[in-house]
Amino acid sequence: MSLSQQFIEAMKSLTSNKLRSSLTILGIVIGVAAVISMLAIGRGAQNSITNSINGIGTNLLYISSGNPTQNVRNPKPLTTADVAALQDPAAAPDVAAVAPVIQARTTVVADGKTTSTSVSGVTPDYAQISNESTTEGDFINQSQTTSRAAVAVIGPTTATTLFGGTSGIVGKQIRIGGTPFTVIGVLTSKGGSGFGSQDDRVLIPLTTAQTRLIKRNPSNRVDQILAQATSSETVTAAQDEISAVLRVTHKTKPGLDDFNILAQAAILDAVSSITGIMTVFLGGIAGISLLVGGIGIMNIMLVSVTERTREIGLRKALGARKIDILIQFLTESIMLSLLGGFIGILVAWGISSIIGQIAAASGTPITPSIGLDAILLATLFSSAIGLLFGLYPSNRAASLQPVEALRYE
Amino acid sequence: MSEQVISAENLAKTYRMGEVEVHALNGVTIHVDRGEVVAIMGPSGSGKSTLMNILGCLDLPSSGDYVLDGENVSHLSEDQLAQIRNRKVGFVFQTFNLLQRTSALANVELPLRYAAPLYSEPSLEAERSGGVNGKGKERARQALISVGLGDRINHRPNELSGGQQQRVAIARALINDPAILMADEPTGNLDSKSGKEIMDLLLSLNRERGMTIIIVTHDPTIAAQTQRTIHLRDGVIEEEVK
Repeated sequence: MSLSQQFIEAMKSLTSNKLRSSLTILGIVIGVAAVISMLAIGRGAQNSITNSINGIGTNLLYISSGNPTQNVRNPKPLTTADVAALQDPAAAPDVAAVAPVIQARTTVVADGKTTSTSVSGVTPDYAQISNESTTEGDFINQSQTTSRAAVAVIGPTTATTLFGGTSGIVGKQIRIGGTPFTVIGVLTSKGGSGFGSQDDRVLIPLTTAQTRLIKRNPSNRVDQILAQATSSETVTAAQDEISAVLRVTHKTKPGLDDFNILAQAAILDAVSSITGIMTVFLGGIAGISLLVGGIGIMNIMLVSVTERTREIGLRKALGARKIDILIQFLTESIMLSLLGGFIGILVAWGISSIIGQIAAASGTPITPSIGLDAILLATLFSSAIGLLFGLYPSNRAASLQPVEALRYE
Repeated sequence: MSEQVISAENLAKTYRMGEVEVHALNGVTIHVDRGEVVAIMGPSGSGKSTLMNILGCLDLPSSGDYVLDGENVSHLSEDQLAQIRNRKVGFVFQTFNLLQRTSALANVELPLRYAAPLYSEPSLEAERSGGVNGKGKERARQALISVGLGDRINHRPNELSGGQQQRVAIARALINDPAILMADEPTGNLDSKSGKEIMDLLLSLNRERGMTIIIVTHDPTIAAQTQRTIHLRDGVIEEEVK
């Protein structure tokens, strides 16, 4: 019998019991849809997180005080003196720029509206390192830093909170911790999402922050130093150079560093591996429902073989060989699962776009992406399930003795 | 013309039912000439179903030799037997055994589908002669016309009367031009009028096409219409009546 004939026969037999076939297919639909949409959402989340990390800046190194792996006695704080040492191109040739940051959570008031947000003291270099630009006005410049000017650049979310929009804000007054500041610029949105949003913050000159707003002890202490390597290839070299410089200024021995350098690439890797594990985990749980769908196919095929024992006997009497019967039933089970797989892909597409919209509406934009590999995987997997779970019932049908089968009531 | 279609020597069949061995056939020797109509009679448990299954190549004898249409089939494999059934044996069952989902035409075509061994030895010739292409469909149509169902070709079995269904079954049995037609109580599920029509059809097939027919029956009036009746009892031939 040719393949097209097999196909038509299987189709006839499946459509002769529509309710049963569609319920069986439903099992596979749910399984495939669950697997694909979980993978899609996982990948969407991963993309969203990596994008927001990349948005912070590239080739970045975060230097902070303290040692996370070793107990160091009396760790010295990072200071503007360290920053000056790092800016020496002879000591750290692979470091392109260095930006100290001090940060605090402060109440910001404008137009009678109040918000609590993160206020950072930064230098002009921060704009380049952290990949900042403004939609309106300018970033903090060197003369404002030198003169300790009371100026602020605010994030788009902060602007919307305080002024109800992101334009026409330059020149307006805000009060940060009670001190009046003039807004000189609005930052471009980075699309960062959820907690630690890069869009809800206020930047002021480092010198202004040190003297007026965020007092540290000693007074030249900074919370964090951002450094940018000259390229992505020199990140490791830059990290080594920074360590060498800081060991001199802090007078520490290697292995007993009282500072800590984190490369953004390492953060990205860690986050990727976490979301990757989450995706596999979710996909694995969804895979269980696919397995259940497969057992459903097996169940229904066993029923079908029993019901059609006489038909099998007849076909054998008319000359069907074992393989003819085997292929007939395998075709049916593979068609069930493949059809389920295709519908499942469509359902998954629907589910993930709905979830994408829900996520966007709740302020956490995730764009679930159904990759070709996921579709291929689902198709392959569902036909494999049809084959696997159809094999036993089909083999049972093929092994029936014609005499016995014909006598079956 | 005394060519033998069936030549079975000393057939025996033993089943094991749990601890007990059942001797369903105990040395049966049968010869059937081409163009003969033979009836096999016997009470239930006499072994006539077993004999019919072996003669129809649905089952193998435990011992003895069976030559069907010049081919010794006593030691063939399951799949080889299937192909012998397909080419050389036509079956007509008491309960018709038609596929309910498909039309009369598709039912008649069914043996043609298994005649082309596409999966093992793809042969263009086999497909051309046996595969259900336009030619096969035409053959199936002709077979239905020859049993008087030319106007019921696309009807499903449940739209046909019992007699008509049995005619479809006969057309299906004839489609591969078999060496022998095995009819197992062909009129058992029919009223006497359509039973008579079916018998007339079978006998006319024998008269007009020289078809060799073996009929298993309980009914002495059916047996009386054949050329020879073989009575079985307890797995052996009790008597043969010409």
